Amino acid sequence: FLPFPGLSSFPSLPLLSQTESSDCELELSTVRHQPEGLQQLQAQTQFTRKELQSLYRGFKNECPSGLVDEETFKTIYSQFFPQGDATTYAHFLFNAFDMDRNGSIRFEDFVIGLSVLLRGSETEKLQWAFNLYDINRDGCITKEEMLAIMTSIYDMMGRYTSPSVRDDDPSEHVDKFFQKMDRNRDGVVTIDEFIETCQKDEDIMASIKLFENVI
Amino acid sequence: MASGVAAWLPFARAAAIGWMPVANMPMPIAPTEKNKRADELIVLNVSGRRFETWRNTLDRYPDTLLGSSEKEFFYNEETKEYFFDRDADVFRAVLNFYRTGKLHYPRSECITSYDEELSFFGIIPEIIGDCCYEEYKDRRRENQERLMDDDEDKKDAKLPNMTFRETMWRAFENPHTSTMALVFYYVTGFFIAISVLTNVVETVPCGATPNTKEVTCGDRYTVAFFCMDTACVLIFTVEYLMRLFAAPSRYRFMRSVMSIIDVVAILPYYIGLVMTDNEDVSGAFVTLRVFRVFRIFKFSRHSQGLRILGYTLKSCASELGFLLFSLTMAIIIFATVMFYAEKGSTSSKFTSIPASFWYTIVTMTTLGYGDMVPKTIAGKIFGSICSLSGVLVIALPVPVIVSNFSRIYHQNQRADKRRAQKMQKARLARIRISKTGSSNAFLHSKRNGLFSEALELTSSIEEEQHLSKNQSLLESQHHHLLHCLEKTTNHEFADELCYEQSYLEGALQSYPSQSPSLSSQEGMTGTCCTRHTKRNHAPLPNSSIPTCALSHTHPHHNLQELSTIHIQPLNTSRSSLNMRVDEPARLNCQSGTITTAIISIPTPPATTPESDAHPPPPGPALQNVVKVSAL
Repeated sequence: FLPFPGLSSFPSLPLLSQTESSDCELELSTVRHQPEGLQQLQAQTQFTRKELQSLYRGFKNECPSGLVDEETFKTIYSQFFPQGDATTYAHFLFNAFDMDRNGSIRFEDFVIGLSVLLRGSETEKLQWAFNLYDINRDGCITKEEMLAIMTSIYDMMGRYTSPSVRDDDPSEHVDKFFQKMDRNRDGVVTIDEFIETCQKDEDIMASIKLFENVI
Repeated sequence: MASGVAAWLPFARAAAIGWMPVANMPMPIAPTEKNKRADELIVLNVSGRRFETWRNTLDRYPDTLLGSSEKEFFYNEETKEYFFDRDADVFRAVLNFYRTGKLHYPRSECITSYDEELSFFGIIPEIIGDCCYEEYKDRRRENQERLMDDDEDKKDAKLPNMTFRETMWRAFENPHTSTMALVFYYVTGFFIAISVLTNVVETVPCGATPNTKEVTCGDRYTVAFFCMDTACVLIFTVEYLMRLFAAPSRYRFMRSVMSIIDVVAILPYYIGLVMTDNEDVSGAFVTLRVFRVFRIFKFSRHSQGLRILGYTLKSCASELGFLLFSLTMAIIIFATVMFYAEKGSTSSKFTSIPASFWYTIVTMTTLGYGDMVPKTIAGKIFGSICSLSGVLVIALPVPVIVSNFSRIYHQNQRADKRRAQKMQKARLARIRISKTGSSNAFLHSKRNGLFSEALELTSSIEEEQHLSKNQSLLESQHHHLLHCLEKTTNHEFADELCYEQSYLEGALQSYPSQSPSLSSQEGMTGTCCTRHTKRNHAPLPNSSIPTCALSHTHPHHNLQELSTIHIQPLNTSRSSLNMRVDEPARLNCQSGTITTAIISIPTPPATTPESDAHPPPPGPALQNVVKVSAL
């Protein structure tokens, strides 16, 4: 839902290399992106100016081009989970952040997502989580989607766990989840069921508040 | 953790909200930042040049000087900056390490000054990036060689406590150590020369007596030559025996190339002595004399260049092999062609393909003796192609060999190469350790984490600070994140070894019934506890009741904990207040000193498989935990 006017991206260079590929032997660097101004981002998120500044510094350090593509994102996220394979979960996370599904996360996407996660209301956070689980964005979570998410979470644990992860652990977990969330037993979890059930569960509400002072 | 990703840790932690609705267990408490302050710029004054950076940048590496509180020693109150009286140019590389996570080696710097700066700032040189690492290692090696050369010059002083054998060996290996060694060195050299000369002169035809045909000198002055030979062989034998006696490792000495050459040089003489006047074998005896020429290789002890040549040929074995192989292929091809081309001509010397080999070799190496020449037109055409291609085939691998030789001659080293390989392995191992240190650190800190959590509850601040002082805030946040993941999936991270242990025990445990009786529990834990003390049997049965009901079986942990007790880190895998019941048991085995405190465990409520029971009243449980931690 971000309007385009603030952007100044340069997609022309790759086009050039495509048309004159025989002459161009140098691979010119690809797209570069500059974010919107601080004022606009302040208006769109709940971060203060200083927080935005420090966030951008970290972001730019890791991704000088201003964009995070999926591979870089997976690499970065995997470094936090050295024992397991975080790439599948990182893929889902990437899709959750990349709201316009254009294959790369800009700083605006990044910071808006973070704002919801850290400073949003409980409902907004739950909505974000629902979006994460709902892979195809059709408004309901099916068992297959949940199984994919659950398997990816278990993959992050890696091989060396105690007790070791059995093959049906993820699906058992999914079944428990559906038992809890699926009120009308129709096989899918809609957003209302999800939010309603979560709001009734004290543990979940408590744990959502856990990361409020991260920045 | 790498510097760049440290910036993304807040993001990863925020994204963990995605696990929350799925988790069935409550999450651990997040570590709080005690004195959270906004990021500020700090000024580093290095010999007058001011560098400024964010405090957070320096905090990324808490085990270096700039990242820890050690830099407070250099704080200048008046100017409000940190002053370091060090080299500003090298400091640039150091500071860039904090900024980018990669350490570079500036080529214009002297290696020793760079090393000193790195050790001052507490940075290990092994993390130099791959782009600069080769250069760094090369320079370092050169420097060490220079130091070694200096040392060797100083090593002439005899060490007082060397045995006679060691002195002899040193004398043999390095003739410059004493005059005796030098004399010995020159005498053996002289006799090698004499021996080779006699072998050569033996075959020269000396003047003939008028009525007989020409005889060789060897046949004319048989006795003289025999005496010469005997003398030389005697000297060589004595030398060989002395070396054998003095060698520190006789087996290794006997296998070395030089000693084989020595043996081959003197053996023909002895064999000849044994086999004289036997008509049948005298032919073989004559052949044996050929081996006397190997004495000339004994000169390689005296000549460094010869040794390097030998080493070059050995190290260029693959190029030589390629040369040989391609030559062979070409020879066979051209010989066949020439044979069939010349088949038609009369009185052709190319009688068979093997006979054509000789022609091909002579032509390809551009020798061209002219004893075999093609006569047909086809033969001449193919002959010219043969000589042209010969130049190519030979010219290609030869420069490789030549460059190898010059490289080795200048560098001078097989020992260095081996040392370099070992260092590379050691370096990679060290980097890997520091990288996997993060996962091990997590397992290691879980134990401390439990203590600090418990202490937080009892709010005893001093002990908590004491325990957590070694962990930076970043690390503790990262560990909290991993902790949350454990809670979400209801499994825990384990060490590789513990995993294998638990896997084995899982196989063992599958035989008894699914609801293990007390006795079997006791049995399992009994075996593990017998390693430490038998006193622990009493408390354990109390804790065994609910274990099988839970989704993961705890007796595993008992066994694996004990068996891995000598391996660091300890995998004390209980970290939630829910699983508290087993902790004392396990810690029991671990410390081996707790006894009575544990008996007061309240029987926990039967927990359902979902394990979403809320923690039982914290009172007595807490007592247990606190007691354990007090040990």
